[in-house]
Parts: sequence; C-alpha cells; structure tokens
Amino acid sequence: MVKWNRSVCLSLVCLAALLLASCTPAAAPQATAPTAAARAEAKVGEAFAIGVLVASTGGAAALGEPERDAARLVQSQLEAQGGIIGAAGLRHPIKVVIYDTGSTADTAITLAKKLINDDKVVAIVGGTTSPESLALVPIVQEAKIPFISAASSSQIVEPVADRFWVFKTAQNNRHTAPQQVEYAKAKGLTKIANLYVNNSYGEDGRNAIRDATKAAGVEIVIEETFEAADTNMMAQLTKVKASSAQAVLVTAIPPAAAILTKQYRELGLKIPLIQNHGIGMKSFITQAGPENAEGVLFPMGKLVAAQALPDNDPQKAVLLNFIKEYEAFTKNPTSTFAGHVWDGMQLTLKALEKMPTGLKLEEQRAKIRDSIENTKAFPGTGGIFNLSAQDHVGLSANDIVLVKIADGNWVYMPREKW
Amino acid sequence: MPNYDLSNYLQFILSGLSTGSIYVLVALGVVTIYSVTGIVNLAQGEYCMLGAMLAVTFIRWGLPLGLAAAAAIIGVTAIGVLIERLTVQPARSASSITLIMITVGVSIVVRGVALLAWGTAPFSLPAFTKGPPLDVLGAAVSLQRLWILGTAVVTLLLLYFLLERTLLGKAVRACAINRQAAGLMGIAASQMSALVFALSAALGAVGGIVIAPLMLASYDMGLMLGLKGFVAAVIGGLTSLPGAVIGGLLLGVIESLGAGLISSGFKDAIAFLVLLLVIFARSGRFPNRLGRRPARAGELAGRGARPTETRP
Repeated sequence: MVKWNRSVCLSLVCLAALLLASCTPAAAPQATAPTAAARAEAKVGEAFAIGVLVASTGGAAALGEPERDAARLVQSQLEAQGGIIGAAGLRHPIKVVIYDTGSTADTAITLAKKLINDDKVVAIVGGTTSPESLALVPIVQEAKIPFISAASSSQIVEPVADRFWVFKTAQNNRHTAPQQVEYAKAKGLTKIANLYVNNSYGEDGRNAIRDATKAAGVEIVIEETFEAADTNMMAQLTKVKASSAQAVLVTAIPPAAAILTKQYRELGLKIPLIQNHGIGMKSFITQAGPENAEGVLFPMGKLVAAQALPDNDPQKAVLLNFIKEYEAFTKNPTSTFAGHVWDGMQLTLKALEKMPTGLKLEEQRAKIRDSIENTKAFPGTGGIFNLSAQDHVGLSANDIVLVKIADGNWVYMPREKW
Repeated sequence: MPNYDLSNYLQFILSGLSTGSIYVLVALGVVTIYSVTGIVNLAQGEYCMLGAMLAVTFIRWGLPLGLAAAAAIIGVTAIGVLIERLTVQPARSASSITLIMITVGVSIVVRGVALLAWGTAPFSLPAFTKGPPLDVLGAAVSLQRLWILGTAVVTLLLLYFLLERTLLGKAVRACAINRQAAGLMGIAASQMSALVFALSAALGAVGGIVIAPLMLASYDMGLMLGLKGFVAAVIGGLTSLPGAVIGGLLLGVIESLGAGLISSGFKDAIAFLVLLLVIFARSGRFPNRLGRRPARAGELAGRGARPTETRP
C-alpha cells in the first residue's frame, strides 16, 4: 500500500516538474491593455490589436530579446499617447500583444493562430529567425493577414506571387553579400571560404555569396556548414585552415557565430573574418570576447553609421531618434534586430493611420496589406523602404554599410577606407 | 576537399581529446552513481551547466578565477547533495525506470530554474591563461585545451586516490559491489548515495568550468554534454571508471575525426551511431531489464568483484 502511494506521489512530482519547466515566465503572454485616452481631445474610436511574435527565449534569444524590447518600447509609447489618430480623426487605442516563440517554428505557428483567431490582431510583426518566419508564411497566407517578418532569408518574401501577405524589414542577404565579397576583392583576396549555419538563413547567405563571387570573379575554395546549436567548429575551421582560402565569409547568428569567432582565433587563423548582418548586436562582442571579435568585419544597415551620415540623409534623424529612445527605454545598447521589429511596427501603424473606419476585421487586414505594399520613401532603421507589388522588402544595397569591430565597438567603414 | 597533412589529423585528434575530456568527467559521474545506486542519472550534464554559470556569476561579483571556480564547485556539490536528498532519497524503493524519470525531471527543473536565474543570453568566461595557441607539430592547441586536459588528469588522479586509497572510497566500492553486504558491515547506503551524488556533481562542475571559455555558458548547455557523457559511459560499460575514461576520449576523437573527414553535419549523429553500435555489440553484457545488472558486468575502478542485485 505504502509503495503504491509512493509511486503515485512520484508520478505527481514528475508531472509537476514537467509543468514547472514548461511554465517559464517568458512563455506567458506579455499583453497589456491599452490605457483609455482620457486626456485626448479626439473621440475614441475602435481599438486595434497588433501581434508581435519574437524569440525572446531559446537559441535566437540574442536577436529576439532586443526585438521584444523594441515592441515594448512602441507599446509604451502608444500607451502614453493613447493610441493613434486615424483617417477619420478618431483616436484609436492600440493593443500590442507580444508572444515568445522560444525560437521554435512549431510554437510560432501555434501562437500565430492564437493571434489571428483569439486576439484578432490586424497584423503580425516578428518571426525572429528565418525558419520561424518561413513556417508562418503558409499560416498568414491562408488566414489573409499581413505579416511583416524581421528575419533575413529572401525566401520569406519570394516568390512574391505566393507571398501576397508577407513583407520583411530585414535586409536581404542579396544586399549584404556583395559588400562582403567586394571587400575581399578590394583587398586582393580572390579565394574565399564560405561558411554558413545549416538553416534557411545560412543557406540563403551561402547562395547570395555564391552569386556575388561569380559577379566579382572571386573563387570559393571551400564551403562548410555547422548547426545553429553547435559548440565546436574546430573541424570545419581546421578544413578552412588546410585550404587555400584567403578570407572567410560567414553567414550565422550568435551564439554559433560567437563560438566560431572564438575558435577561429584559437586555431590561429590570420586571414580576414567577414561575417554577415546576423551579428549586428553588441552582445556578439561580449559573447565572442572583445579580443576575439577584434577586426571582424560585417555588413549591416546604417544604424551604426548614424552619426557619420550627412545631415540631409533622411535616415539620420530616424536612426538617432531610435537609438536615443531604445537606449533610454531598455538601458541596453541598440541592435539592428530591434530596428527590424520597430520598422515593422511603424509600417503597420502608418497603414492603420490611413485606414478608413467602419471596416470588418478581414477588410482591415486587407487594407493594411495594401497600404504597406504601397509604402514609398519611408525612412526606417533598416533603410529607405520603397515597397511594391514586386518587392516586399523595398530595400537596396545602398542601405547597407560595412562595419569593423575595433576596441569592442562598431566602426563604420566607408568604401574609401577599404 | 582540402588536402590534409599530418598536422590536420593531429589537430582533429587533439581537439577531440580535449572535448573528450569533458565527456570523461561527465561519464565518470554517471558511472559512479550507477555503480553505487543503480540509478542512471540523466541530469549529469546540468551539473556542468551549473558549474559554468556559477563560476561566471562569481567572477562578475569580482572574485578571482581560482576562487570563483572553487566556490562554484562547492556550490554545485551542495546542490548535488540537495537534489539527491530531495528527489532520489525519498523514492529509494521505486523502480529504476521511475528513478530515471526523476532524474529527467530534475534536469528539466534545473534548466528551468537556470533560465529564470540567468536568462537566455549566453555568458563568456575568459580563458584561464591568456596567450597565443601553442604549435604542436603544426596543430594549434590553445592554452585552454591544455587546461582541460590537465584538469581532467588531476581530477582522475584525485578520484583514483579517493576510491582506492581511503576508507571512504573503500566503502563506496563496497556499496558498488554488494549493497546489502556493505550494509551488514555497517556502511550506510543512504550516506554513500549522497556521497556519490556529491562526487558526480563536483566532477560535472569541473567539466563545465573548464569547457566554458571554449564554448559559451548558457542555461541549456547541459543537455548535450549530459547525453554525450552518457554515451561515453555506455561505451565504457556503464560500471567501469577506466571504461568511462576510454569511452569519453574515444567519443571525442571519433566525433572530431568524423566531422573532419566525413561531414561536420554528422557530428552528433556519429556519437549516437556509436552508442547504437556499442549497445548492439555488447547487448549480451548489458542489463536486459533496466535495473538488473548482469553478473558479468564490469566493476568500479576495475577491481575484480561483481555487482549483484541491489534492491531487496
């Protein structure tokens, strides 16, 4: 009898343990109700909800946490202002519903359905990693809801015919790869190694680099891949060391990108290490260690070059303002990924401001999609957005600059300094 | 495909040996606990995580590296005992499969608590000694890898001394050989169980701390280390300490060579393929039911005695 009781107790303990482990606080919805716009003069109209799906825990947390913070920043600003003023002059409270995908595509799908069906959001922003965003594409296409991805792979928005409802604010690898390859060529390095993380982001980067090398007349002498969760890339790097590569091009995000950088130095590789915009957060430098990150080059949006931009650059004011607000709100250094979500939310808010009143939810979603697709010359943190029915990114290679890590900081490398 | 010369092969083997040393430390913990208590502790990797994370935390508090490492090891040892008292001890009479499930539960809880305490961001631990990597016949070996190898050797010697040259170690071995007889001789099995959990936690913590500068310390680093350590322990026969050492080093080198010569994509697959092969090859010598160790199984520290059924 005693034994039976014990085994029941034990099963209960196990069950409780499993439940406890699955109930991390980050997994709980982080929604807040909008405050009533009591102080506003305008009459209060219909309230809208925007959904944000970010990987604030799990493997891509280094990207997702700043993204969540950017969403919270916009959320707090909307609360302070009591929402937005719509086309009819009414004040619309905006509810921002933020969910954590835990860096897994399955969770992202479940939460997207929850946003669409339960929270009745007008648009979804986020999808931190390329695998997550790609998993969401069929969901939003079927539900007919605009989705503005913060991830990089070009497959998220291409072919546009099958991605009617999908946009993205992160630069394409096709925009960043030429900077990586052309830098190597400018330094007279014509044999390169092409390393990439084994997922849709890495493969997209690999392909973009392949195409860029063909255009520039640079030869790829070795291609190697590693897993996003790998903690040991010595084998791949040893192969690179044994090859005739003169520069190493990498498409990856931390922590894999940081571990690779550590082990790159450990093996004593002296050739230039040119990574991709996946490392565009300051925590990459602390993760890899400043002494290891020293000298790493990578292309990214103009966030880092904000101060150095000429005053007539339409992005300058936007960037400086974003940096100031983000750093005041989070007390953390800024990240390009935070900017991607920020851009996505601004595009959505801008579309909401233009939307006529009295529409059903399906019509609202369609209207917002149309507005976003017709956005022209919108200065965001990622670049100047010129979207169209053929281009659901709307950025160009002109929105990318090359950055070098020096003394633990990002240093803007204009072409004349190459 | 690059042309390999001797230095490249040496590089693969040396990298493999240092990674394998960590597997050895985890595997030793698994073997010690299994031999004495009959429990396969699948939470072993979490001790590595706790060791690394505590060390990082103490360093952030301003402690020097040596002190931080020592404090982390002591802390993890205490946690190991606490876990044993709170989860394993109350369920002593439960079946082996239940006890294994408990250790799985423990590992999930520990990981969850670590997530709450430290968040998801990986932490970097500085290398113990700064300096350029050494050149060993053309292969680059960082000073941290020497630290790993050295630490593993010292830990092994200490463990050997403890088990073979002290009365306490004799008691542990007695429990591993025959718990009932050991009990009749006045050795308290419950104390021995706590002791081996403490020992295993300390071993895991050491492994976690020395590997942290090469990878990054994060709340979820324990899972893979625990699994690989378990594979290493199984390769070594699950009850033999020398077997665990050989198993760990072998696994590290096979992984490294496999990644280098075949494909890096198969690195983890290779480890688990090895596990399957070993289980098939040795199936005759393995417990046919969980918890029943066969008479022919190896023995702790390679001494010639055989474990028998431990549960009344």
